[in-house]
Amino acid sequence: MLRRIGVPVLAILAFLALWEALVWWNGWPNYVMASPSDLPAAYGRFWELFLLGGWQTLWRTVAGLAIAVVVGTLLGMVMGFSRVARDALYPLLVGFNAVPKATLVPVVSLLFIGQHDFNTVLMAFLISFFPIAVSVGIGLSTLEPEYRDILRALGASRVTIFRKIALPKTLPEFFGALKVAVTLAFIGTNLVEIVSPHGKGLGALFQSGATNGDYPLMFAVLIALAALGIVLYYAVVTLERTFAGWAEREAT
Amino acid sequence: MNLIDIKGVTHAYRTPSGPLPVLDNLEIGVPEGTFAAVVGPSGCGKSTLTRLIAGLMTPDRGEVWLHGERVRSPRKTVGMAFQNPVLLEWRTILDNVLLPLEIVAPRMPRAQRVTRAEELLALVGLSGFEGKKPSELSGGMRQRASLCRAIVHKPEVLIMDEPFGALDNFTREDLWQTMRDLRAKEPFTCVLITHDLRESVFLGDQVIVLSGRPARTQRVLRVDLPADRTIDVLYTPAAVEMLHTLRDEIRIAQGRAGGAH
Ligand SMILES: Nc1ncnc2c1ncn2[C@@H]1O[C@H](COP(=O)(O)OP(=O)(O)O)[C@@H](O)[C@H]1O
Ligand SMILES: [Mg+2]
Repeated sequence: MLRRIGVPVLAILAFLALWEALVWWNGWPNYVMASPSDLPAAYGRFWELFLLGGWQTLWRTVAGLAIAVVVGTLLGMVMGFSRVARDALYPLLVGFNAVPKATLVPVVSLLFIGQHDFNTVLMAFLISFFPIAVSVGIGLSTLEPEYRDILRALGASRVTIFRKIALPKTLPEFFGALKVAVTLAFIGTNLVEIVSPHGKGLGALFQSGATNGDYPLMFAVLIALAALGIVLYYAVVTLERTFAGWAEREAT
Repeated sequence: MNLIDIKGVTHAYRTPSGPLPVLDNLEIGVPEGTFAAVVGPSGCGKSTLTRLIAGLMTPDRGEVWLHGERVRSPRKTVGMAFQNPVLLEWRTILDNVLLPLEIVAPRMPRAQRVTRAEELLALVGLSGFEGKKPSELSGGMRQRASLCRAIVHKPEVLIMDEPFGALDNFTREDLWQTMRDLRAKEPFTCVLITHDLRESVFLGDQVIVLSGRPARTQRVLRVDLPADRTIDVLYTPAAVEMLHTLRDEIRIAQGRAGGAH
């Protein structure tokens, strides 16, 4: 336990020390590159904004991700159970996923002017549902027929088979995708927060730091974003351990 | 009286390159409480036959009858086991065995279900493994658990599709004996698909040889050996004779009659 927490913490401290040393060694002034020792002051001065922004970034990311989970799972189910749907939807989804989402920000902002929360959640969703849809779809379509047959031979309904076998069997793939999706959703949220005027959240705080040339603030936001990203990721890992822990092999 | 009757069953799969005839006017009868072993060249349609008996598909022509009723869809009185034990990794062995009861007898009290499952697990030598996950068991043990699951709901018909095909020889012979012991205690009628002729003679009351695709009933061999057989029975002259006959039949089925021995 001590090792599992101690090692990553040490690694982070080493990273910060290296950063500090790099800035000190090069003699970079604050307006080129802030150093870790500048950050506490920034947090101290703006702590209310950090809390508010962090909360806004967090809830909109989670909301977007939640919608992505629902829609992605539904799409995955449709593709997993129907060959025709798979053939029809797959190229569309791949194409959509290939579009750089930054190009969608102005489109979305124009479509729903002023609905900043909505736009942000929408972007977090758009950017993150793809891996979920694909993994659920593949998980379901590659289910060995025998798994279905043991229940189907007893006259079990499709819903029962899905609930008792297909769904739990797909969970490991689902959580694998969710780990990717949570990071993507986070990026989607920040993208909108930074790019759109009058944004909210940590992205907007970063933007205001940029406008005022407050480099320590900008770096403080970056670190806060990283911390939030880590929290989100490990929240998913915890869920995975709880619901799909059986798929983990004992280390040998 | 026959519990399973397969009457003139003909079936073809529709494939992109046209229809693929798999079964051709198949005739099989399995008396209640007996064991029918089915052998035939690989790809001749044996698994298709199991799916037809289980009601998972219906044949193009002909009829499948179970206990005096025409089979048109799945029924709760069937149990299936495959070469792949298909245990659910997230469930314990006990909960895997209980699975069919959740579908077939959802109102049966849990305690009663558990008692039934534990009885069966004891019968196949898996007492003490109820709480283990499938990944903690050997291949032979998983197959034993899969067998328990196939019969936990007291099916009339047990359909097994090459259930011991992936096991090593010693484990396989252990499972033959387990199978024989189960038969003495449980009332099912069994159709066993196998590619092991010794297995077919040891477990079968009749051995049905299917021809190459499309499969016809090429030969039906009655096995007149005592019900409480031991592996030694396979080395008796009567059994050796049968094994020879079956080998010749398989060779014919493969279209290699008269070929080199
Ligand atoms: N769903 C299917 N669609 C098309 N062809 C199939 C299907 N299932 C099996 N086949 C083909 O039918 C033949 C018989 O299959 P199967 O019953 O599995 O044979 P066996 O179990 O005797 O090896 C094989 O050639 C197989 O490729
Ligand atoms: Mg087969």
